Amino acid sequence: MTAATQAATTSAVELPKVRRRRRWRFNMRAVGRTLGMVIIVVWCLAPFYWMVVTSFRQVDYTYDNALLPKHVTFDNYKAIFQGNNHFGRALINSVIIGTVVTVFAMIVGVTCAYAIARLHFRGKFAVLGLILAASMFPGVALVTPLFQFFTNIHWLGTYQALIIPDLSFALPLCVYVLASFFTQMPWDLEQAAKVDGASPGQAFRLVILPLAAPGLFTAAILVFLSAWNEFLLASQLSNGNPNVAPVTYAIAFFSGSDPRIVPYTSIMAAGVIITIPLVIVVLLFQRRIISGLTAGGVKG
Amino acid sequence: MTAATGEKAGQEGQVGAGRERERRRRRARASQGDSRLAWRLIAPTIILLIVVIGYPVVYAVVKSLQLDKADAGINPSTGFFQQGGKFVGLKYYRYWFNCNCPNGTNGHEFWPAVQTTVIFTVITVIFEVVLGTMMALVMHRAFKGRAIVRAAILVPWAIPTAVTARLWEYMFQPHGVVNSVFGTSIIWTGSVWPARWAVMIGDIWKTTPFIALLVLAGLQVIPDELYESARVDGANAWQRFVRITLPLVKPALLVAVLFRVLDVLRIFDLPYILTHGANQTTTLSILAVNELRSSQNAAAALSTITFLFIFLVAFVLVKIFSVNVVQTQARTVKA
Amino acid sequence: MHYRRVLVVAVAAVTTVGLAAGCSSSKKSGGGGRGPITFVTGKDTSGVWPAIANQWNAAHPNEKVTVKQQSDQADQQHDDIVQHMQAKDPGYDIVTVDVIWTAEFAAKGWLVPLKGQYAIDTSPMLGGPVKAATYNGTMYAAPFASDGGLLYYRKDLVPTAPTTWSELISDCAKKTSGMGCYGGQFSQYEGLTCNAVESIYGAGGTVVKSDGKTPDVNTPQAAEGLNFLVNGFKQGYIPKEAITWTEEPSREAFQSGKLLFLRNWPYVYAHLTGDANSQVKDKFGVAPLPGSSGLGTSTLGGHSAAISVYSKHQGTAFDFLKFIETPDIQLNQFLKVGTLAPVLKAPYTDPTAIAKFPYLPTLQKSIDTAIPRPVSPFYPAITQSIQTNVYQALQGSLPVQSALQNIQAGITKAAGG
Repeated sequence: MTAATQAATTSAVELPKVRRRRRWRFNMRAVGRTLGMVIIVVWCLAPFYWMVVTSFRQVDYTYDNALLPKHVTFDNYKAIFQGNNHFGRALINSVIIGTVVTVFAMIVGVTCAYAIARLHFRGKFAVLGLILAASMFPGVALVTPLFQFFTNIHWLGTYQALIIPDLSFALPLCVYVLASFFTQMPWDLEQAAKVDGASPGQAFRLVILPLAAPGLFTAAILVFLSAWNEFLLASQLSNGNPNVAPVTYAIAFFSGSDPRIVPYTSIMAAGVIITIPLVIVVLLFQRRIISGLTAGGVKG
Repeated sequence: MTAATGEKAGQEGQVGAGRERERRRRRARASQGDSRLAWRLIAPTIILLIVVIGYPVVYAVVKSLQLDKADAGINPSTGFFQQGGKFVGLKYYRYWFNCNCPNGTNGHEFWPAVQTTVIFTVITVIFEVVLGTMMALVMHRAFKGRAIVRAAILVPWAIPTAVTARLWEYMFQPHGVVNSVFGTSIIWTGSVWPARWAVMIGDIWKTTPFIALLVLAGLQVIPDELYESARVDGANAWQRFVRITLPLVKPALLVAVLFRVLDVLRIFDLPYILTHGANQTTTLSILAVNELRSSQNAAAALSTITFLFIFLVAFVLVKIFSVNVVQTQARTVKA
Repeated sequence: MHYRRVLVVAVAAVTTVGLAAGCSSSKKSGGGGRGPITFVTGKDTSGVWPAIANQWNAAHPNEKVTVKQQSDQADQQHDDIVQHMQAKDPGYDIVTVDVIWTAEFAAKGWLVPLKGQYAIDTSPMLGGPVKAATYNGTMYAAPFASDGGLLYYRKDLVPTAPTTWSELISDCAKKTSGMGCYGGQFSQYEGLTCNAVESIYGAGGTVVKSDGKTPDVNTPQAAEGLNFLVNGFKQGYIPKEAITWTEEPSREAFQSGKLLFLRNWPYVYAHLTGDANSQVKDKFGVAPLPGSSGLGTSTLGGHSAAISVYSKHQGTAFDFLKFIETPDIQLNQFLKVGTLAPVLKAPYTDPTAIAKFPYLPTLQKSIDTAIPRPVSPFYPAITQSIQTNVYQALQGSLPVQSALQNIQAGITKAAGG
């Protein structure tokens, strides 16, 4: 045999063994990864599963622990949309408030984050500190002065009274997330666009923003969810007006047949109704969140 | 160098210096223009924050230096509280720091509340960072069904806190599903550490997706070529994680940690509904709400103290981790 | 520099806003105004207010009442009223006050005293509710619904209800396996104050002296009362998990047959007889609470209605107050529709009512002899002190003596001591 064929035969003989070893190691890693994923998904969804099961349980059996649903009923879902609960209206209110807050937060936040990330000016640290400081004051202490303020300008129980505070709570996080994204953007692209004749605004809008899409969508989701979640100020500033009160307030309104009863089944049903559309929206937008840098955009 | 090259170098040096001055002048002019534009862009944010949050802060500070009506004593004939409002300086601040109050009063609970709040912060943030990063790495992968996995991971964050608190309160009852599934009979809300863990588990479950989401967004900007070349160079998975992923995801992770810390230092809803603050789960915000029922101005003082405490913590965090959101240069990723 | 300009604008905005806030009109309206009113109440779980409002509105078309419902959580109801009162809101004409808030709101000058032209005739009413609505010798709220503690017991296992604690403890032997003996509400919340205070009263102790202000809880009688509960956990005649119980979990335990004796409110009755999963439907009885050497004393629950000093239609509000205390409303609405305990003596002896609610005579006795929790403007701090110390005593981490000393000191401190 020539050296070549000898080498070929040897490699032909050795190859399967190496391939087998690598495949085994590969499988272990894959198994480990899948296992980790399963654990994470179970951790996230198990309590939600319990929430769903409870929401279908008859009220008299609230404290039943069977893992698979027994005593199933749709009554809880019917009940929360009935009469005094204004739950349907509250859902609409939450969507309106959440959307408006998100739109304004993105507009204001993007402009602010651009300035912080891109422009030179004195007092930048002070500005960043001030914005961060807005997230340091306990929410419970804001209720009384804001309540009196909105009462005095007769804005109690209006959309504005709910949107403006929510916006202020969401802005610091929004600005920080966006600013940290914008600093990592390839600014030479913006320079290149400017050289090609675009104005700074156009360069920013048409070149940088698309690249920052993951950051933008992340910030938008966080802002929306923070407005969605807000309870303390919403409950006071809506003044119980069902035309503006959001779902968090409506849920606090649910009650059993006696004020001492905590209506767990109804609350869980409401929780499921609130969560499902959010999950659908996230599913729809998750590709945008996950999209990476467009191929070829960065390479020199 | 010969004389000729030396002269040339000198000439070049002069030209270079000239160019440098020109560049500096241009930068200064750009800076001024930058500055005006920047302030115009930042103004809406600043004004909104000052009006909506600055005003209550000022209100709280002013109130905290005045005597509350409830502390002004009762007029013996009418039974009404006397007028409050006179300036009392740091009376309420001294009350919180140095009460010597009997057990069961709010004043007695200040230092325990500080301890509880710090414990919650440290433990939950550590768990959330570890779990959140793991979740982000999972979400980052491309595989079949990843959309469902990503949506599943975000579910805890999507449920309103009020519902989450009720859910965990319900699950942690002595005959609730947690005890039934794990076969334990821990009375979760009946003693100090089980109650604290109940609150922390609920909080970790709810907010890990927040960190996962931010870390995931941070992972997106890391180019795959870095990993490729590292793998070619022989780095294993752990080394790739520590040397490439962690440093590049650091800005996003630090923003997440910073805001998480700020949030959990002010936490109110979850422990209030789950344990009502009993068994040493009273945080500073719960204490402020409890005090609000007795003396509004003392509660304002407590809120101000909490604010300063959080400010201090944030300052230390920013310094230690050099959270630097301020860079205006494009970061060049060294391959 | 430009940022200075931004700062100036912002500060100016805040100052203007602040001044505008301070300049709101805060005139207290004089008495006697008539017109439409808003009646603020917690979540109407018993469905009783729509009919009452309709009846009133039909008779008073120009002075209609609008019922505004708050949430069902007592804390939120309290804080909501406080917010509106501090903002001097004329939109809340009549507010529903829990019995424990009356003194606090009265002392803050928010409630119209019910004397002179606004005097209420209290002779047909039960004693307890009237006492609870009286602060500093004046009535500030008109009670309309009451509540008292009752002892529910398994009459199939214990034919006669115990009248003293020692009888109760010896009756524990009659429970079957898997049952707990005695249960109440022992989680750290207002319900614990009710249970603790009832035990203290049951041993002849008291929390504050008759002046309503001076604490007198560090006494051997109070210690004996508290020990009934503390020993329950130590010796096991109160189940360990009862430390987490509020009204509902305790009801659940009794309803599923796992408890021999239950201290709870009257609302439980309907569930024990009517719920699908009730294991005790015809097996339970209702009795007055036992005490140390004889029958014990219940504490008082319930709600009153009070007129806000910022209301512009106080005359109408007062008439509405009288309306909800007429025998017709008390019997036919509050009791029959709402299953709430009336404050008038008459409904308790109505035969049709007793047929529907067999526990009425026991309840009447319970409420008539009930002692309110301390009627004090500093009640939030007082209940906090009681709750915290009693809870720790029940957990075994604080000796009863120290708990009582702390409560004594806490009440003194709360009143500005």
